[in-house]
Amino acid sequence: MPKFNRWWISKPAVFVVCLVPMVWLVWDTFAGNLSANPIEDIRNRTGIWTLRFLMITLSVTPLRRIIGWPSLIRFRRMLGLFAFFYAFVHFITYIWLDQAFAWDEIVKDMISKRPFILSGVASFVLLIPLAITSTKKWIGRLGGKRWQMIHRLIYLSAVVGVLHYYWRVKLDIARPLAYGAVLAVLLGLRLTVAAVYDRRPVGAHRAPLQ
Amino acid sequence: MLIKRASDIASSEITPENLYHNRREFIKTASAVLGIAAAGAIVPACTNSAVSGMTQSKPKGKYDTDEKPTPYEDVTHYNNYYEFGIDKADPAANSGKFKPTPWTVSVEGMVKKPASYSLDDLLKGLTPEERVYRMRCVEAWSMVIPWTGVPLAALIARLEPTPAAKYVEFKTIMRPDEMPGQRPSVFGSGLHWPYTEGLRMDEAMNPLALLVTGVYGKPALAQNGAPIRLVTPWKYGFKGVKSIVKIRFTDKQPLTAWNEAAPQEYGFFANVNPQVDHPRWSQASERRIGEFYKRRTLMFNGYAEQVAQMYSGMDLRKSY
Repeated sequence: MPKFNRWWISKPAVFVVCLVPMVWLVWDTFAGNLSANPIEDIRNRTGIWTLRFLMITLSVTPLRRIIGWPSLIRFRRMLGLFAFFYAFVHFITYIWLDQAFAWDEIVKDMISKRPFILSGVASFVLLIPLAITSTKKWIGRLGGKRWQMIHRLIYLSAVVGVLHYYWRVKLDIARPLAYGAVLAVLLGLRLTVAAVYDRRPVGAHRAPLQ
Repeated sequence: MLIKRASDIASSEITPENLYHNRREFIKTASAVLGIAAAGAIVPACTNSAVSGMTQSKPKGKYDTDEKPTPYEDVTHYNNYYEFGIDKADPAANSGKFKPTPWTVSVEGMVKKPASYSLDDLLKGLTPEERVYRMRCVEAWSMVIPWTGVPLAALIARLEPTPAAKYVEFKTIMRPDEMPGQRPSVFGSGLHWPYTEGLRMDEAMNPLALLVTGVYGKPALAQNGAPIRLVTPWKYGFKGVKSIVKIRFTDKQPLTAWNEAAPQEYGFFANVNPQVDHPRWSQASERRIGEFYKRRTLMFNGYAEQVAQMYSGMDLRKSY
């Protein structure tokens, strides 16, 4: 079992790796490697990386249990904050580059029977309280149980985020469905594990379930 | 072939330095926007000045727009042609094996001259024209493209449909060996092949409807629908069926590809209409490829004068 806590380099290394999609996107943008519709490319790529980071974040807890690397917990907050970071860039791309702050259009987009935009906004907004309360201080302030409850909003954010992707495509729904399947496995694992642990006698070891 | 020879093309029309212009324009604007982000201000919309002059060598035709044509590089590398893959870069990347010659078009149904024609025979004697049209995709982006083609009306007049014919149906070729998107795949388009499109007879006879064989004065590339495709500039781009092998005259409204796959989202008519949104996104505005800010979408894509009368009395919310 790797002892991540003993390798001081592991956290900065993961941080840099998580930045790669962003650096790569900025490079492609300014090197002229994007398509004829660069704003669409920026939107698509930040959107897909948001979903990927949500999935990666949600896989930390199952991975800790299944492959027995409890020290993976060390990276979970950072991974979650990167999901928020890509969601934020994605959201700003829509508000700024795509709609150029045309608030009337944005509001119309959200309310006029278009779950596509509404789901995207909801998925992002749900992550805001998690980003704010991601510090140790906030865990203390809220208490572990309440903090954990709030942070289960990531399940909802991920579900709504996959729906947003599903509503974005035309008929080529295979890719959104693939993300949906991965998410179903990640959430399903939690239910199974919870069921197993719940059957144990009181006092048996039970790691917090996120 | 009735495609202009290269010598007909003014050199200004194919100047290579124009090719990447709009990307540079985007980068310039993006840099400017990011640079002044702290001030919270926004730069004025960019002006693609360097792309001008592309068709200035030719007198402006009756149906031509004088808007700046989208660079050839973008017209040939940002395409929706699902037979070659669902991403915009796929048609250019995956169409290398496609053979546009020899080509046969089968004319069928309620017509006095049903037959299989070689492309040359089909178009023989019809005069090709260059038309600079706007092209509005249902995905809310648009281009300006100089097409070369013959008016569909001229071909139909020559084929002589019977009075019973009320619609024309077109089909794209079926060649899974050369068109990877036609092979069965989980990550496919969700459309049924071969791609089918259709027009009401009066729409087909409208002078704007063009059977296109060339782009920018050159033979059309596979990704643009070689060797022959339909262009109906007042309708969303997906009506422009590509690589046509079948033209059938019928008295029944054809079941078109997108209409069949998602009838609540894509209608038979598919006229560009800023007042009737796609169920999932707005059609009120569009992004012209190469421009930073969106622009308002025009009724019938700006061709109301030529086409609106065909739809008078129709509820365009229902007949979308």
